[in-house]
Amino acid sequence: MTNTLHRYGDGESFRDDYIIFATPSKGKNDEGSVPKLKRFLEMALPFRPVNIGDPAHGGAIRPSRNETVSSHWHRDAEPHFRTVIEGIDEPASVAAVFDNLRAAEEFLKTVKEADLGLCVNISTSLEGARACCKFAGIAAHSVGYSLGFEGKTEKLPNTQILELTTMCGHGMISSSLGKKMIDWVKEGRRTPEQAVTYLTRFCSCGIFNPSRAKRILEDARKKME
Amino acid sequence: MKINPDKCVACGNCVYVCPMGAIYVDPVIKRATIERDECVECYACYNGLSSERLNPVMVRTIRKLFQLVRLRFEPEPDICPTAAFEPEDLPWPRVVRRAFSDPRATHESTGVQGRGTEEVKTNDVTQRVKQGEVGFTIEFGRPGVGVRFREMQKMTQALAKANVPFEKNNPLTLLMSDVSTGTMREELLNEKILSAIVEIKVPVERTAEIVQLVHQVENEIDSVVALGVATRCDENGEEHAVAPVLADLGYRIERAKTNTGLGRITNSSVEKETPDSVAVL
Repeated sequence: MTNTLHRYGDGESFRDDYIIFATPSKGKNDEGSVPKLKRFLEMALPFRPVNIGDPAHGGAIRPSRNETVSSHWHRDAEPHFRTVIEGIDEPASVAAVFDNLRAAEEFLKTVKEADLGLCVNISTSLEGARACCKFAGIAAHSVGYSLGFEGKTEKLPNTQILELTTMCGHGMISSSLGKKMIDWVKEGRRTPEQAVTYLTRFCSCGIFNPSRAKRILEDARKKME
Repeated sequence: MKINPDKCVACGNCVYVCPMGAIYVDPVIKRATIERDECVECYACYNGLSSERLNPVMVRTIRKLFQLVRLRFEPEPDICPTAAFEPEDLPWPRVVRRAFSDPRATHESTGVQGRGTEEVKTNDVTQRVKQGEVGFTIEFGRPGVGVRFREMQKMTQALAKANVPFEKNNPLTLLMSDVSTGTMREELLNEKILSAIVEIKVPVERTAEIVQLVHQVENEIDSVVALGVATRCDENGEEHAVAPVLADLGYRIERAKTNTGLGRITNSSVEKETPDSVAVL
């Protein structure tokens, strides 16, 4: 899977985007990994992640099958971190997303000290990853570079929409919804916070970064690229 | 995926949430409709939209009354007000669409959720990409374009011709009728999926050759391609073998996924390793 890797933007645009995820490898370190995965996410909470999640159940802000008419005025838009942690019931990648370097550095250092034995990756700018590893005293094992999107790129939407939608690496956030939310924010029909919540619910593994999305929407309100 | 016409009220919310743009409101039947050949069975509509269970007749009546006075019925943009989406049993080969498009569907072939394998994420315990090697993930279709197997076959056949071995546990490899030629199963060629990843590895010395080959073939493919290049770091956590090659090819690398090396083999009995995790041609 490359779902955290190919986020659109230049290195500077990832200044508020740090994904640290733990993965148990089948046949290597997956036995008894569920409590470790829960602990990994528990350890993230003091550093105030903007999202956490796993691909089997979703992120901290999820869609609901039982909305009612009243939800139009009183809809739950709060992240439910405990629900994510308690819901982990099988070995799978779990991710914590941070919007500042300091939190990512401190969390990675904490993870190192906990010595869970899980495979841990950080997905962000090259500089951001180097800074986190240096702070935690880690010599990286491997690196996977993103070379970006090529081929029939004329089929892609504009850069602001790409920055928003590629934060769901599984491609569950459509370009049309991304554009609609930008338009609604520009028109004043929704606040950036509200638009971000709609988008976040479509991300099926919790790696969508609501904080970065809010910044992108606020930028887009003033200038459409 | 089906939209139940008895429930749909044609509010249009689902039109915007389909990553493939395959949903439209049919002006004749006045219901949201799925263009089946474009639908990749990603379930973004079913899994991503929240549901209310309003009475469809009541909602249609309200909408008609509102229209008379030029008011608009506007549910929250991520809600299906009548829970009109209904999953269906998918026959072969259509079921492959869901396997490669819905992140919550599991490939029975690999037991891995999603479109690829663990690749470099677990390299610290699998040693899949060793020192002196480079692993490539060549992803098609994402973001929001989709791809058909016949298009991806152009790439797999070109790679096979260049004597590049495919990762044998990758779901795409398992759907080839002939791995030695990179040929996909005939009945899959017209199936459209949201994205899929070809995984290969070669000696570092072949990095430039492979990047250039991919670049050449991707221009013949009716989709987008995202290329990922993975390799081992040195004892100091630095990587000086592949990055300079990519820079020489004109790439300015902005983002990377870094395996921190914190993983350890902790299982009581480690699964017997295959001689090489990558299939040999």
